Amino acid sequence: MNSHTVAAKTTRSSQQKLKLVISQLIEPYLYLSPALIIIGLIIITPTLVGLSYAFQSIELLNPFSKGWVGLAHFEKMMGDRYFFKALGNTLDWTLISLFFQFSLGLGLAMLLNRQFGGRKLVQALVFLPWAVPTFLSGLTWAWLFNPVIGVLPHWMTDLGLIAEPFNILSDPQLAMYGPILANIWFGIPFFAITLLAALQSIPQDLYEAAGIDGASPWQIFIKITLPFLAPMIAITVMLRTIWIANFADLIIVMTSGGPANSTQTLPSYIFTTAYRRLDFGYASAMAVALLILLMMYALILLHLRSKLFRG
Amino acid sequence: MTFKNIGHRLAILLYVIFALFPLYWLLKISVTPNKLLYSEGVRLWPSEFTWRNFELVMTQSEFPLFFANSLTVSFSTAILTTLIATGAGYAFSRFSFKGKVVISAILLITQMFPLVMVLAPIYKIMAPIGLTNSLLGLVLIYTAFNVPFATFLMQSFFDGIPQDLEESAMVEGCTRFGALRRVIVPLTLPGMAATLGFVFTAAWSELLFALMLISDNKVSTFPVGLLNFVSKFAVEWGQMMAAGVMALIPACLFFAFIQRYLVQGLTAGAVKG
Repeated sequence: MNSHTVAAKTTRSSQQKLKLVISQLIEPYLYLSPALIIIGLIIITPTLVGLSYAFQSIELLNPFSKGWVGLAHFEKMMGDRYFFKALGNTLDWTLISLFFQFSLGLGLAMLLNRQFGGRKLVQALVFLPWAVPTFLSGLTWAWLFNPVIGVLPHWMTDLGLIAEPFNILSDPQLAMYGPILANIWFGIPFFAITLLAALQSIPQDLYEAAGIDGASPWQIFIKITLPFLAPMIAITVMLRTIWIANFADLIIVMTSGGPANSTQTLPSYIFTTAYRRLDFGYASAMAVALLILLMMYALILLHLRSKLFRG
Repeated sequence: MTFKNIGHRLAILLYVIFALFPLYWLLKISVTPNKLLYSEGVRLWPSEFTWRNFELVMTQSEFPLFFANSLTVSFSTAILTTLIATGAGYAFSRFSFKGKVVISAILLITQMFPLVMVLAPIYKIMAPIGLTNSLLGLVLIYTAFNVPFATFLMQSFFDGIPQDLEESAMVEGCTRFGALRRVIVPLTLPGMAATLGFVFTAAWSELLFALMLISDNKVSTFPVGLLNFVSKFAVEWGQMMAAGVMALIPACLFFAFIQRYLVQGLTAGAVKG
């Protein structure tokens, strides 16, 4: 073998290597490109445009409303009492829904986490609300609250909760509980499904050992079940909070934020401002405020988590 | 049966009743004759039964059109999304490359984004190019918003398939794409079907974009058509509920179809919560 061929061989193999490296660099992007293009065009670009709207006056009903207005929308927001009402409602809506979705979902998951006849069928039935289209869930619950065709006002009267059958969705004091109840109904399956999966991954011999040691069901729950579920609970609750806070469909369908803006959450208020009043500038400014609030929430949680898990 | 078991079954029964009662009530009103609506408001089952409301909805209303529009949009979205997500999920599962972390972080963040933030800009961008009042416009938007979670879902399905399979196919002379098409995709078909199902249910129930972008009845999807009907004919209870039952049917079918994959779908962050 003379030195010539060796040199030729090494160039060829280094060329091949180069080709391989390039294909390794480029190939994944070939598979990814359709996804990146459509997300870039339809999510990221409009988001950036939306950010710029927050500082412009864009009202479709007002042809003279063009141009940059600086922080005017944000000043208006500080004086907008419906904005603050919606902010408070967003907290109520998110926390109450989350609390009941989670605790009832956990209860359901524990009930389903054992063998019994007809378990498959029961699972299909109790998870069904997840599959019901949200607009239909909203309408169905709105109808249930209607004293003409619904049954809830009559039952509430019988229970003495209200003096006579009326639609709580038209009472500014009570209306918020309508969409919240619908949201709980719709959200229980989500927690039940994810928590059931986590429960089933707990090693069974732990329970057997605890049983032999004579632990009470409560002790078993506190000492084995909860610690195993904790990481799963932390991540689902955090993500779910943001999701519920953003979720406006039920409110828009059931009350459109009324009566008199009493059930408006931030997302539904933003939607109404854009959709009914066609005031895109102010809607976008509020959306930016919502985004900042959600990011602050996520950052605080991440900070807390890293602190807790380090210690 | 012990005392404890009875308690367990009772608790389960309560959950089942809570889950089904609203849907049961929808069904009940849809088969109640109009004249009995007010006199038998709280009865659990009407003394007379009728299909009349369904007949009216199927023959005298525009709901069959809305139904067809929604089917078109949801199926097109599901197919397009699944194809795009198959590619992206494959890239995430099989390659380690520069920018992978950044890209998956971006995909995750889009899942948490307030949807209301992009409603107005998308309207402004799509109106001049004819994508408002257009089913195609809706398909594009729904696809974009479903791709991130569908990608994570497909990635989890690809992760379950051993890498040796396409490596041995490539040793035997297949290109990577050939190996993907001939060896891997056939094995991932159930996963792709599940993804299709998840995206379909999400697209079927989408409301806010449809409200914002569609004002022409001819291209209304089912939710838009139903909400318009409700605001226009607020006393046609039976017909509204019959239409509601119609909207429920595809959702139930697809739910039965994807039930086995619910855990995987929800951990991938299924858009529909």
